Amino acid sequence: MSLFVAENLSKSFGGVHAVDGVSFEVHKGEVFTIVGPNGAGKSTIFNLISRFYDVSTGRMLLDGEDITHIRPDEVIGHGIARTFQNIELFEHSTVLANLLVGRHSRRSANFLKNLFFLPSVRAEERAHRHAVEEVIDFLDLQAYRDKMIAGLPYGVRKVVEIGRALACGPQLLLLDEPASGLSVEETQDVAYWIEDMQKDMGLTILMVEHDMSLVAQVSNRVLALADGKPIAIGTPAEVQSDPRVIEAYLGMEDAA
Amino acid sequence: MRIHQKTSYDDDLNLFKDRYQAFWYLALIVGAVLLPFVIDSYYIGEVVLVLIWAIAGMGLMILAGHTGQASLGHAAFLACGAYMEAWLNNKGVSFLISFPLAGLFAGVVGAVIAIPALRMSGIYLAIATLAMGIVAEDVIVLAEPFTGGVSGTFVGAINLPGLEIDRYANPSAFYWLCLFVTILVAFAYANLLRSSTGRAFVAIRDSEVSAKAMGISIARFKTLAFFLSCFVTGLAGALMGHFLGAFNYEAFLITVSIQMLLMIVVGGMGSIHGAFFGAMVVGFLPQIITLIRQQVSTNAVAGLDTGIFAAILVAIIILEPRGLYGQWMKTRIWFELFPLARRDMFRRHKSYLKTERLK
Repeated sequence: MSLFVAENLSKSFGGVHAVDGVSFEVHKGEVFTIVGPNGAGKSTIFNLISRFYDVSTGRMLLDGEDITHIRPDEVIGHGIARTFQNIELFEHSTVLANLLVGRHSRRSANFLKNLFFLPSVRAEERAHRHAVEEVIDFLDLQAYRDKMIAGLPYGVRKVVEIGRALACGPQLLLLDEPASGLSVEETQDVAYWIEDMQKDMGLTILMVEHDMSLVAQVSNRVLALADGKPIAIGTPAEVQSDPRVIEAYLGMEDAA
Repeated sequence: MRIHQKTSYDDDLNLFKDRYQAFWYLALIVGAVLLPFVIDSYYIGEVVLVLIWAIAGMGLMILAGHTGQASLGHAAFLACGAYMEAWLNNKGVSFLISFPLAGLFAGVVGAVIAIPALRMSGIYLAIATLAMGIVAEDVIVLAEPFTGGVSGTFVGAINLPGLEIDRYANPSAFYWLCLFVTILVAFAYANLLRSSTGRAFVAIRDSEVSAKAMGISIARFKTLAFFLSCFVTGLAGALMGHFLGAFNYEAFLITVSIQMLLMIVVGGMGSIHGAFFGAMVVGFLPQIITLIRQQVSTNAVAGLDTGIFAAILVAIIILEPRGLYGQWMKTRIWFELFPLARRDMFRRHKSYLKTERLK
């Protein structure tokens, strides 16, 4: 069954067609990866789903509900959480505070209740704190809980990003290059976490990634893009051996 | 050094880290309450002014320090509170009603200002609020039936049920009132910071893009930050009005706005303590300068206060960007960890990662 459906998605900036007629379906519980050379439109698709960009044509469905025109801050309420390729954490807060912001969409107390920290607010905060502690436990972030983001190594920041997206308890997780800039060991950790998220948490994951070994290891299906257009879709092995994909990455093979 | 072992989630939620910290804050409050019995009523007046500046500083800190929206026109909201309080007071409205209304008026004006301000950030917002502050001076003069125009307005004693508080007749009572409001505002502010609203503010300050992705409505929370900030500043303005007794537009010039911003920068951006440290500098420094000058010479020196204040400010911005509160924390940690080498602990981190922000 399809959790997320993109129908004929297009996005143009002036005359540039960043995404041009891309359709795909993400099934419930699968890891679906979008690959493609730089400028293929992968991140644009993520920004369309996050509603940072308006769709030029086409539409997006989540569980059959049209989410093409919702506000960017409503996206997470539909159970779609994302990470950022270039790490967009809240620098001057602790890891704990960052993860708690991930719970924002689950809050119920309004600011008046917050001002007086009523017992109901305390109960809610405890629940958020517990949910966040589960994420900390899952991602092994105990040692960094009270550390400021500004002083953390790059690899840890990447993990905190994933944690913040997980904190809201999403159904669809968008990972924007989760392994970029990570060491081999850290990338392997990310691979294990993705497998755990899929199997233990039942999450559906839509990922953009360049590291083909990671893609091959965790993905159920892969969509290859080039110049904003879909060129191949299938299992990682099928896509990797597809002549059009090889051509897009390596250039035209000699015709003779 | 005390090591506190956290054993429940409440350890992260409580206002105070442990009972020692709670004890010291309680001791501070008790000391503040008993202050009028110890020092002369002239100095109580000076302390009242520091408290009022601290309230105003907390107001601006919500907006500039925690939501990251600079305002160079906050004296306008001080004026909103002061004139509203004076107008209602002269109509015989009880302080219990007029005081919150004064804050509410400033808050609503702030929220309306926020609507165009939503589209601006950084230097553009600073310029826009600066312009607003300048316009506000003229608006005060033009709104003569309400504000008394150039000649200004008088404000009577604070009328509480069964009690009249005049600044000069019973300075202690006025001091306690200001202290009560200060503690209440600080308490509410601290509560805000440990709940979802405060986290949303800080998120907007540090990364609007990911704040949006986390489900924070930028428009709603920026407006809320403006409202709360201006509300608190309006409360400070109302107390300021009673402190001055009679005032006109000159009490709310653009220089006052800039002084407020300097106050929170000197005190330490992004912390409640910073507002208090800054208020102490702004409130006490002129007195200290006068005392020292009287020892040296009998002639008043024009611009001496401003000059010294500016020099201190430049020194702080260069040497200690986290303000007095940052310095205070460093000193404390140094003593707590005393024999250990900690020279590199507070060296500025070099950042190797600058993100390209989506605009």
